[in-house]
Amino acid sequence: MTLRILRPGILMTVQDEGRHGYQHVGLCPGGAMDPVALALANALVGNDVDEAALELTILGPDLEFGADTLIAVCGAEFEANIPLNRPVWVQAGKLVHIGRVTRGARAYLAVAGGLPIEPVLGSRSTYLPGRFGGHEGRTLRRGDAIPLAANVAALSRERFEKLKGKNGRSVRWWAPPLTAPDREPILVHVIEGEHYGRFDGVAQRAFLDTIWSIAADSNRMGFRLGGAPLARPTDESEILSAPTCLGTVQVPANGQPIVLMADHQTTGGYPRIAEIAWADVPRLAQLAPGGKVHFARCSLDIAAQLRKAMRERLEAALHGIAWEYGN
Amino acid sequence: MLDLEVNAFVQRLAAAVHARGEPWIRDVVPALGGLALHFDPGFDGVISDVAAELIERCLKDGLPDAENVGREVEVPVCYDRVFAPDLEEVAAKTGLSPEDVAARHAKGEYRVLMMGFAPGHAYMGGLDAKLALSRRATPRAVVPMGSVAIANEQTVVYPYAIAGGWNIIGRTPLVLFDAKRDQPSLFAAGDRVRFRAISGAEFEGFGR
Repeated sequence: MTLRILRPGILMTVQDEGRHGYQHVGLCPGGAMDPVALALANALVGNDVDEAALELTILGPDLEFGADTLIAVCGAEFEANIPLNRPVWVQAGKLVHIGRVTRGARAYLAVAGGLPIEPVLGSRSTYLPGRFGGHEGRTLRRGDAIPLAANVAALSRERFEKLKGKNGRSVRWWAPPLTAPDREPILVHVIEGEHYGRFDGVAQRAFLDTIWSIAADSNRMGFRLGGAPLARPTDESEILSAPTCLGTVQVPANGQPIVLMADHQTTGGYPRIAEIAWADVPRLAQLAPGGKVHFARCSLDIAAQLRKAMRERLEAALHGIAWEYGN
Repeated sequence: MLDLEVNAFVQRLAAAVHARGEPWIRDVVPALGGLALHFDPGFDGVISDVAAELIERCLKDGLPDAENVGREVEVPVCYDRVFAPDLEEVAAKTGLSPEDVAARHAKGEYRVLMMGFAPGHAYMGGLDAKLALSRRATPRAVVPMGSVAIANEQTVVYPYAIAGGWNIIGRTPLVLFDAKRDQPSLFAAGDRVRFRAISGAEFEGFGR
C-alpha cells in the first residue's frame, strides 16, 4: 500500500523526531523542525508520537491514498480540502488537496501506522545535505509512492471506530495547535550565548530591541535574520570552533545573526550571542521567510521552566487526544 | 589559541562521560577546547547541577589515558595531479617540489582534534610546519568527495562533495561517512591518522 504524490508542494520531506547520538562525528540530529506539531499529528491518528510523517512547508501537496487511511494534518494552518488538527478518514483513491499556508510555516501529515520506511542510523528523518534517510534522502517529487503500513486500512478502521464525537469522515473536536503564531512578531526567549559579553551594550540592546525578519535564504539548517546588522564584537580575539546546538544564534562578520535549526552543523567558529530556549524553537520553526520575531532575554532557570511548561501543555493535549480514543 | 593538551583532555573527558552511558545524555561532543553534553529535553533535573556532578565524578574516578582514546586509522591517498589541483601552488608558496610536499604530508603523524563542519569531517593536527599555509582566498563551490586538503597547521579530508577553501593536494578512495555502516564515520576525535601514498592505479583498484 502506498500514498502517491500527485503534486509535491514545496520542500516536502519525511521526518520523525531525529537521529541522536552522532553529533560527535559531525551529524546533527535533524528531524521535524516543529517536533510538537509532529507529536500531535501522530497522536491524532493513534500513533506513537515519534513516528515518521510528511513535513509540509508553506505550500502543501496533492496526495492520493492507495487504501482507506486515517490521517491528520497538524501545525501551521493551510488551505485544504480536509479539516486540520483532527483525525480524518480518507477513502482509497480520494484526492487530498493541501494548498497555501495561511498561518505559520510547517505542518505534519501523519498516517495511521506511520510510514514504514527503512530507518537509517535509527531514524526515518530525511537529511538533505547527506542525501540519506526518509524517501531516498531527498525532497519528495511528483509521482513518488510512499509506503503505508501493510494493514493500514484495517488499522485505520479500527482506530476510527474507537473515536468519540465522530462527524462523517472526521470528528467534532480538534487538537489545539500549540506552536502556530497568533500574531507577529512572535516573542522568543533566549539565554546569553558564550560570547554575549564580547558585544558592546549597543549591539546587545540592538539584538534584543530589533524586530528581526526571517530572510528568504533560510532553510532547515538555519534561519538568517534580516534587520540592521549588529556591530562587530568589541573583543575580536580568536574564537576556537566549539560545539553548537539547536537554537544557537551565531553572528558572522556581516552582522546578520543566524539561528541554527534542525539540520545545523555540529560545530561553529562564529561568535555566539544567544541560545534560544528549547521551548520556543518549535514556535520559531513556524515562521516563514518574512516572518517576524523578537527576542527576550531570560535566565537558564526560566528557560528550564519554559521547557517544563511546554512539555506539560503537550502532555495535556496528548491526554486529551488519548481520551477521545477511549484510552 | 588551540592548546593541544586541553584538546586531549577534552577528548579524554568525553570518553569518560560517554562510557557512563547516562540515559539523559543524547550526545557527547568534544571540540577543540570544549565539550558539549546534549541532554534529553524530557529530563527533569536541574541540568547544570547534574552535569557538574557528572563531570566531577568522571574527574574523581580518573580519565582514560590519551593513548586509549581513539584508534589508529590508515588513509590511502593518491597525490597525482589529477586529484591535487593546488599541489603546484602549495609547492611554489612553500619553496618545495610537489613531490616533497606530498612526501612530507604522507610522512606526518596526525591526530583528529575535532569532528565538525559536515558528517565525518575531521580536523587533524600534526601537519609539517613547512606546509602551513592559509586557506585559499576564494573557496571552491564544490570540492570533490575524498579530497585531502591542508591549511594552517591542519589537514582535512572532505567526506562529501561540498564547498571548501582548503588547499587540495590529493584524494583518498575511502568513503569517510556512510550512513549504512554500523560505524558511519571513519574518523572520531582522538584518532591517530597516517596517510599512505598510493598510485593512480591503486586508487582505481578501490573501485569506488
